[in-house]
Amino acid sequence: MRETQIQTPLARVRGLGSAKQGTEHWWMQRLTAILMVPLGLWVVAELWLLAMRGADHAALVDWLQGPVAATLLILFSGAMFFHLKLGLQVVIEDYVHHKPKKWALLIGLSLGCLIAGVACVYSVIAIALKG
Amino acid sequence: MDKASTSKSGVHARRPLSPHLQVYRPQLTSVLSIVHRMTGVFLASAAAMLCCWLLTAAAGPDYYAWSMWFLTSWVGYALLVIWSFCLFYHLCNGIRHLFWDIGIGFSLRATYASGALMLGAALGLTGVSWAVGLAVYFSG
Ligand code: HEM
Ligand code: HEM
Repeated sequence: MRETQIQTPLARVRGLGSAKQGTEHWWMQRLTAILMVPLGLWVVAELWLLAMRGADHAALVDWLQGPVAATLLILFSGAMFFHLKLGLQVVIEDYVHHKPKKWALLIGLSLGCLIAGVACVYSVIAIALKG
Repeated sequence: MDKASTSKSGVHARRPLSPHLQVYRPQLTSVLSIVHRMTGVFLASAAAMLCCWLLTAAAGPDYYAWSMWFLTSWVGYALLVIWSFCLFYHLCNGIRHLFWDIGIGFSLRATYASGALMLGAALGLTGVSWAVGLAVYFSG
């Protein structure tokens, strides 16, 4: 290599890895994890208290009435299904090497987490607003 | 000499081999690591349950009864115990991961100590929530 290189070594190798990206994936997995530390403890505590009250429909509606509990549960559901999508994606990429099977699983995972996440958000809003 | 460790030029590349699990002695650290993955994967079923539970609740008391029928069955209670442990474990070990991510706790001693602490916390939280829950439930 005799030609003058004006690119830094870093610029030359950037994006040449087999995955082409990754920082964003890693970062979103951490962000959702950080969010879920307090939210996860809160959800477990609330579900525990709900179970102590018999966990009947009226008790659940009572819990989700008002803006705070509903907002926090929506946040938790969204963070959880995003985190789950990112996490299971890595597990699939690690263990499933047959390409068609891998892509089928990755597509199913993305759509499944999206649908389940939206369903949770809708349900919490519906319960909070109409009971 | 096997193919994998010999480059095209015939030069032997002395790369480390990944551990063969059949002969690799399990250590607290590696076992805790793989269990983090196993709990994460298993918690997918808990996420699905949470979604079904909320959907049936939104659909009304009649549908909500289906969820509660399943959750208060023998299988439901067993799953709730396992899910609660998996969540506590994954949460505590997740905090351990987050400390590593900001560069804290990398020494061999620290990884073993935080691992033991995390495992104790996860088992303790699971035990206490079920013990207190059952005690309150049976005392009226
Ligand atoms: C409650 C708080 C949680 C925290 C603090 C947390 C933290 C983390 C962290 C830091 C990782 C990355 C581990 C690594 O780099 O190997 C991770 C991976 C993962 N998490 Fe969570 N998590 C939480 C909840 C959940 C929940 C509720 C689920 C399931 C619905 C879940 C599923 C996963 C999966 C499948 C992985 C990938 C495992 C792997 O690649 O080995 N996590 N979690
Ligand atoms: C019984 C032995 C082992 C098991 C069961 C195992 C399992 C795993 C699992 C499940 C992960 C992803 C979750 C995590 O980050 O905690 C992982 C990540 C990793 N492992 Fe292992 N592993 C083993 C031994 C090793 C050894 C001996 C090395 C190095 C020579 C190694 C290097 C790595 C690296 C570099 C990562 C990526 C870490 C990251 O993304 O933060 N592993 N291993």
